[in-house]
Amino acid sequence: MNVQAWTFVLVGLSFALYIGVAIWSRARSTRDFYVAGTGVSPLANGMATAADWMSAASFISMAGIVSFLGYDGSVYLMGWTGGYVLLALLLAPYLRKFGAFTVPDFVGDRYYSQAARVVAVICAIFVSFTYVAGQMRGVGVVFSRFLEVPVELGVVIGMGIVFFYAVLGGMKGITYTQVAQYCVLIFAFMVPAIFLSLMMAGTPIPQLGFGGADPATGVPLIKKLNGLHQELGFAAYTSGAKSTLDVFAITAALMVGTAGLPHVIIRFYTVPRVRDARISAGYALVFIAILYTTAPAIAVFARTNLLETVRDTPYESVPEWFTKWEGTGLLTFADENGDGLIQYVGPNATDAAGAPITNELTVDRDIMVLANPEISGLPDWVVGLVAAGGLAAALSTAAGLLLVVSSAVSHDLLKRGLRPEISEKGELIAARVAAGVAVVVAGWLGINPPGFVAEVVALAFGLAASSFFPVILLGIFTKRTNREGAVAGMVSGITFTAAYIVWFKFVDPAANTAENWWFGISPEGIGTVGMLINFAVAIAVSRVTPRPPRAVTNMVEDIRVPRGAREAHDINA
Amino acid sequence: MSTPPDPASGALGGRAAADRTAYWRTNLRYVATLLAIWFAVSYAAGILFVEQLNAFTLPGTSFPLGFWFAQQGSIYVFVALIFAYVVLMNRLDRRFGVDEGEETAPGGSAH
Repeated sequence: MNVQAWTFVLVGLSFALYIGVAIWSRARSTRDFYVAGTGVSPLANGMATAADWMSAASFISMAGIVSFLGYDGSVYLMGWTGGYVLLALLLAPYLRKFGAFTVPDFVGDRYYSQAARVVAVICAIFVSFTYVAGQMRGVGVVFSRFLEVPVELGVVIGMGIVFFYAVLGGMKGITYTQVAQYCVLIFAFMVPAIFLSLMMAGTPIPQLGFGGADPATGVPLIKKLNGLHQELGFAAYTSGAKSTLDVFAITAALMVGTAGLPHVIIRFYTVPRVRDARISAGYALVFIAILYTTAPAIAVFARTNLLETVRDTPYESVPEWFTKWEGTGLLTFADENGDGLIQYVGPNATDAAGAPITNELTVDRDIMVLANPEISGLPDWVVGLVAAGGLAAALSTAAGLLLVVSSAVSHDLLKRGLRPEISEKGELIAARVAAGVAVVVAGWLGINPPGFVAEVVALAFGLAASSFFPVILLGIFTKRTNREGAVAGMVSGITFTAAYIVWFKFVDPAANTAENWWFGISPEGIGTVGMLINFAVAIAVSRVTPRPPRAVTNMVEDIRVPRGAREAHDINA
Repeated sequence: MSTPPDPASGALGGRAAADRTAYWRTNLRYVATLLAIWFAVSYAAGILFVEQLNAFTLPGTSFPLGFWFAQQGSIYVFVALIFAYVVLMNRLDRRFGVDEGEETAPGGSAH
């Protein structure tokens, strides 16, 4: 069998598995639909959270980004894992005790305010749609490269699958499909990594392999890569180009953004008890860490491999994968000096006489993980497996996000807002219709992606960091923070962050350089400042406005103690 | 208002309010200690002092130490911190009698 046949078989099998799981676990009530009946075991919830969290960006793009950025890529590794410590210690147990269905539920009730609820609903919907567009795009890329079908058809197939199990199963169907998807994606990520580690470092454990040495020469891999970088005129792999303050701010924005993302937070509503919420955050991070500690190893292996493969290679004799990726436009070669060889060099490259060399090869960093098995000459079935893993990552995240959109509409807007008299059955129908509409919109965004998906994702993290995280934290750890403070804090945090990002990304992109940034903090890291503003404003305004009502202070007292956590309930019922 | 009355939530209610305060204070102390470690391994070792630490290598490997903290070590410590918190809090819950017993677990089986 060739690569394409293997891909069809493996992708087909994995899709059949997801559909089977979805039929077995369909939702029968709104409690099933929103929070899987709070009957999910912490281990299963940990796996589902990991699959929910690790998107096409984690699976397909992250190792590639780290591969190209070297040390600077650490912001993603630390930023997208450290947030779970904040979740487990500061948010998850208390939100589980509170026992609602959605994030706007908590914001609206703790701050006894429809305005706060509406702000939260808008943020939740915006953040989730931003993400989902990126996932659908990832689905399209995998389909077009490995199955050689048009991107549009790939997106439609992906939409069909997500539609089927998200609409039918709600949170319950999504949770158990995500458990299956986690298994597929981690297997698909680890197999090539283990092969590579054996080939390049002589150990099956990638985490040790990239700190090891080339078994043939005894040269440490990291040293070898730094040497290659120096010869080819790139900055050293282990040192960064970003300023320390900016690295600090981006890491913090990603961590806090993670802890503030609605689709991550609601996962902790699905477990039976408060202590299950704590431990399932721990399990989730273990499952995530398996991928996140492997990714930097793949980054080093892939980078070394790429540099050695293409360096001064005659264009005539490039391997097959090179030509295939050229076909997608994600890899381009222009023979600037007409010598027929590939010069892939950094900005500081010079020839023997000291004259600068022009770079002739452009590699899209998103293809590194997908192309890696082929670059290293791994068996065909591994290539097919990676395609199935990429799809699992994209579909699981897309489904989790769609659920947030659907519950924001049917629960927060209808049940808790416009139509409180809606019946259980009516709410369930509304939730399914909203999920269906959301899938179609997401698919449309995947086929016609806004040209600025990466920028919008930065915006999503910034908004989550500067809106949800501070008000939820203050809502649990202080009794004094009141409605006025929370609304003022959220509005000022969001406005500041959004304005900064929109200015540098959309209004005046030419000015998006370190000299123009405030304190040298890039738009990716500005969510950290927005969060601080939110905290400061919320605390200050709360001090000069009336205390929250007695019932609210009692509620805060209550959520601080685990005993008595109930099944997530409909609060008005 | 939002939370319906719930007899179980008064677990501490019968005891002195001092008990409730002591429970919460201890929790805050655990959180502060663990977050200090969280900060030290990521922001301090992986970012602020990365250059200084890169002068050393992690014993037995060829990792520059600061680089290792940024790309590997911090993540391992994050995992350990969450499990440490779970153990500490389960013990604290039992000590103050606010733990959720097996028999009170609602929800039941997963499907």
